[in-house]
Amino acid sequence: MWADAIVTLIKLAVVIGVLLTTVPIMVWVERRGSALIQDRLGPNRVGPWGLLQPVVDAVKLITKENLIPDGVDHFLYILAPFIALAVALSTFIVVPFGQGDGLTLFGSKIHGFIVAPDLNIGILYIFALAAFGVYSIVIAGWSSNNKYSLLGGIRSSSQMISYELAMTISVVGVLMASSSFRLDQVVMAQTGTWLGFIPKWNVFPQIIGAITFMVAAFAETNRLPFDLPEAEAELVAGYHTEYSSMKFASFFMAEYINLVTSSALIVLLFFGGWTLPGLTIPHGWAGAILSLVIFAAKVAFFLWFFVWIRWTLPRFRFDQLMALGWKVMIPLAVVNFLWVGVAMALGIL
Amino acid sequence: MVTYVFLAAAALAIVFGILAIAHRSPIINVLSLVVVFFALAAIYAVLGMDFLAAIQLIVYAGAVLVLFLFVIMLLNIRSVDRLGSGRRLQAILGALTSIAIGAAVVVAIATLTPAQGAVAPGSQGGTAFPIGRSLMTTHLLPFELVSLLLVAALVGALVLARKETR
Repeated sequence: MWADAIVTLIKLAVVIGVLLTTVPIMVWVERRGSALIQDRLGPNRVGPWGLLQPVVDAVKLITKENLIPDGVDHFLYILAPFIALAVALSTFIVVPFGQGDGLTLFGSKIHGFIVAPDLNIGILYIFALAAFGVYSIVIAGWSSNNKYSLLGGIRSSSQMISYELAMTISVVGVLMASSSFRLDQVVMAQTGTWLGFIPKWNVFPQIIGAITFMVAAFAETNRLPFDLPEAEAELVAGYHTEYSSMKFASFFMAEYINLVTSSALIVLLFFGGWTLPGLTIPHGWAGAILSLVIFAAKVAFFLWFFVWIRWTLPRFRFDQLMALGWKVMIPLAVVNFLWVGVAMALGIL
Repeated sequence: MVTYVFLAAAALAIVFGILAIAHRSPIINVLSLVVVFFALAAIYAVLGMDFLAAIQLIVYAGAVLVLFLFVIMLLNIRSVDRLGSGRRLQAILGALTSIAIGAAVVVAIATLTPAQGAVAPGSQGGTAFPIGRSLMTTHLLPFELVSLLLVAALVGALVLARKETR
């Protein structure tokens, strides 16, 4: 009983620690990456290759004056960043991050590298909580009493609803192919190869679903080319225009943590999680660490992919965004899940 | 454990349910309703209905209430009239209807034995598999009728939103 509780607490501490550490690293990657893409240097003064720049940024944000503008709705204004960060941190508890079956710690089974191993709704939990992420942006936009914030909030709510549909429908195909909502079983269903060399990853039979899921992930995390809620050229900074110091930093951290969760989901659903073709991960701690490294490497690639796209593509117009979501992404996602259904009925998949 | 979680969630649902109809700011109304749905989802989850809990949050908190918020923000309504200052007939009819529904629920709960009505906590009744199976077998006709209703609503919305091209 106590050992179980301690194991869960350790897993929770590791997950939150890793998520919060990824934020400064991603800020550095984003700034240096954008500099690389735009052929300039980027931050290079603080520490080797500017690596300590995020630390300095964090100190700046913590010590900044905590400004609350006149005319805001006090309670909601302060609540919004809390919701953003709480949702971002709590979605990760159903995400498995390595093969940890059969391992023990302090004589207690660790039930795999996942904080909540017995939650059989798995990915539905993430969708349910992500729904609350919308509220943080909408509340922030409303309570700031600023027209740009309000416009950002309105854009965000319509964008999130539109792309949530495409995202959910594109996941249905994966859930059908692995006949489980649990992400660890989704990964298990992707082990092995076809014809001896093609890995059994969902991305190959369901390339359309993978593309729609990734596009929807960009829209759900408010990243360019879909960062309409905070489009700085039109809306100053959108929903967080009126936020400063750590309250702004909470939104900022939530955005990067959501990025990590989205990348992890892309890897788990479509790119085989911690599996590699032709590699049987051994049981025990050595195999567990190997699977952690593989998974982290794949997630890191997709984190870089998010940065890469952001500094390569220009922003969409709002009507283009809506047309893309409703007229292209949703029909494509439906085609994907029809194809999976037909293929499963014919016994191909 | 189950009892305490249920009591906490039920208390939360009642308090925020009252707030959802009594507060003057429409934004607070909608956000209170979000808390109510969250509390209901917690009750479903503690009864072993994980799937229902997740669907409750995805459909109501994730889609329906965001649309409510969207409309309120688009119209920029900052506050509404105090409770009870509306039309007298509507208020009386509303009160009577809610009392009738409440009485029906109390009677239903009092006459049902636990074996018929409730699910044993932690049972597998709430996972997607049995729900999907019963939707496709015993409840196929109601399920198809609901789909038909949704399609009709969708077509209706399209007709309302259509621009005249002539």
